[in-house]
Amino acid sequence: MRGSHDLGGLPAGPIDLEPHDMTFWEKQIDAMNTLLAQKGLRKTDENRRYVEMLSHDAYNTLSYYERWTASLARQMVDKGVLTQDEIDAKIAEIRSRLGQDAG
Amino acid sequence: MAQGLEPGDRVRVREDFPQGHVRTPVYVRGKEGVITRDFGPQPNPEVLALGRDGLPKKTLYEVRFKQSELWPDYNGPETDTLLIDIYEHWLSRI
Repeated sequence: MRGSHDLGGLPAGPIDLEPHDMTFWEKQIDAMNTLLAQKGLRKTDENRRYVEMLSHDAYNTLSYYERWTASLARQMVDKGVLTQDEIDAKIAEIRSRLGQDAG
Repeated sequence: MAQGLEPGDRVRVREDFPQGHVRTPVYVRGKEGVITRDFGPQPNPEVLALGRDGLPKKTLYEVRFKQSELWPDYNGPETDTLLIDIYEHWLSRI
């Protein structure tokens, strides 16, 4: 069984070689990633395992940093740092603040 | 598992599909190659991936494969090779 990430040798389309600036939220996730490592709450290989555990659809739909975000959120729930309810409540609060529909 | 491998030793990569995080891509599993470098004992990423200490350490080797060994339809020169790092527990001497 091949993981969603293990693409070596599979047919692929053209590769976008244009440089992309990181968005602010991507920098925030990168910073959070470093902070959680400094606190001993995650390791690089652990991040990889969680990213590789995403469903095939999720893996192929999410962007690189969205995968990181999903991975970190799940790790923090598994480790008891956050609960899924807390994450859901925060997402709802942010959506409300931005004037978006919840859900 | 192969221990005490040295540059020049011929090896075969374990053809296995374990759950969890592994650093051995599918396309080299079951393939034959040659040890080219010994990087010494390293924390095992498969154990680090579980949030643990990565012990016991596993020796990491650089292994050279012929491209024609990896890709059945490879039509480049026979001298084309790939170098890839593989941990000892994925290798057996042949």
